[in-house]
Amino acid sequence: MMDVLVPILTMAGLGFLFSVGLVLAYKKLKVEENPKITEVHESLPQANCGGCGYASCRAFAEALVGGKAEATGCPVGGADTANRIAAILGIDAAEVIKKVARLHCRGTLDAARSRGVYQGIPTCHAAHLVGGTKQCSFGCIGYGDCVEACLFDALYMGEDGLPVVREENCTACGKCVDACPRNLFELHPLSQEILVFCRSEDRGPLARKACKNACIACGICARACPEAIEIADNLARITDFKKIDPEKIPDIEKCPTDAIGRIHKPDEG
Amino acid sequence: MELAAIFISAVLVQNFVLYYFFGICPFLGVSKKIDSALSMGLAVTFVMTITAVVSWLINNFILIPYGLDYLQIVSFILVIASLVQLVEMFIRKISPPLYQALGIYLPLITTNCAIMGLALIAALNEYNFIETVIFGFGSGIGFTLAIVLMAGIREQLDLADVPIPLKGAGIALIVAGIMALAFNGFLGMIQ
Repeated sequence: MMDVLVPILTMAGLGFLFSVGLVLAYKKLKVEENPKITEVHESLPQANCGGCGYASCRAFAEALVGGKAEATGCPVGGADTANRIAAILGIDAAEVIKKVARLHCRGTLDAARSRGVYQGIPTCHAAHLVGGTKQCSFGCIGYGDCVEACLFDALYMGEDGLPVVREENCTACGKCVDACPRNLFELHPLSQEILVFCRSEDRGPLARKACKNACIACGICARACPEAIEIADNLARITDFKKIDPEKIPDIEKCPTDAIGRIHKPDEG
Repeated sequence: MELAAIFISAVLVQNFVLYYFFGICPFLGVSKKIDSALSMGLAVTFVMTITAVVSWLINNFILIPYGLDYLQIVSFILVIASLVQLVEMFIRKISPPLYQALGIYLPLITTNCAIMGLALIAALNEYNFIETVIFGFGSGIGFTLAIVLMAGIREQLDLADVPIPLKGAGIALIVAGIMALAFNGFLGMIQ
């Protein structure tokens, strides 16, 4: 009996002794933490995705309370979260512009010509190392690294071989932007209608040969709306979408290859 | 003379990191900047010294007299866990930036086998009280020396042209291996 009791009592005694010591030390060394940190932390989405640029939701909450981060910094929570944070901290929330990820490629299976049969590891990163699956060396490879990376079920592979963004699920965390070896994703405000759906910097005939939907830098869009669109490196680029006059959209959409235009055509709903 | 031998042996010859390969986790984790490496080293030194003292007291006044040697590991873990809690509270109070810099590696001192190893080796070698204190302190200094040297090398490595597959942990492990070889050169110093 004693054989069992002695070690149990010894360990219990030691444990008690140390815990008393720790309690005393805690009283002396307690750090007053701003209770707002916990409050802000609880109002965050707890995704710990890093979209705000901080390591965790907790770190972001600390930065918010310390005044080092903006209330709108959380892309996942969006406007609701920003308003709640602003209410806790007693500041005005700036207007949150909802952003979504957009794919800058329309090289569907039909439109883009294949380079041949690829039998390597079926990921975009692997295929990218050997030049990809399509003749266009700028376009979507189509193995869905971005879909894998998405934490919010906002991406799926469409039947045409390109990933499709579910706008309602997209939180603009930027995981797909990092995942794409060809940097085809970019975060744009949801309200931005006009986008360039091509990243090919090949010269026109070459680009056209590789993909029916490639930008051939003909300049129709830039002439239609010179204040917001320019051509550089054989590619149309939107410099400032806010300057695009809605009346000019039909002219911009005269693009012969469909490389620039509205994301959702009105007839598509 | 005996004490000096124990000290030098703990710092250089039987260095905890580079001879026993204890405590590799913070050795690689916190050795990116000399400042935080030094702070980590000092925190570990503090914990090691106090652990050596407290575990010696427990070992010699409680465990051995009552024939409870088999409780060594459990009771030493208790000592280490409590001490690390104490150090954590202390650093958090004194220097929040340091607390941030050490991050998860601070509570992880608890599971650092260097500290456990220290308590067990001291008990195994049947050091007396003074010898235990010197051994604990020396081991801590040895750990600090190793991690600061490592941090110095890694600061330079950031500027070096390291092959891509070896970047980060790979080259750090290779450097640690070469350092261990160098420290093995001290082996003949003490019989």
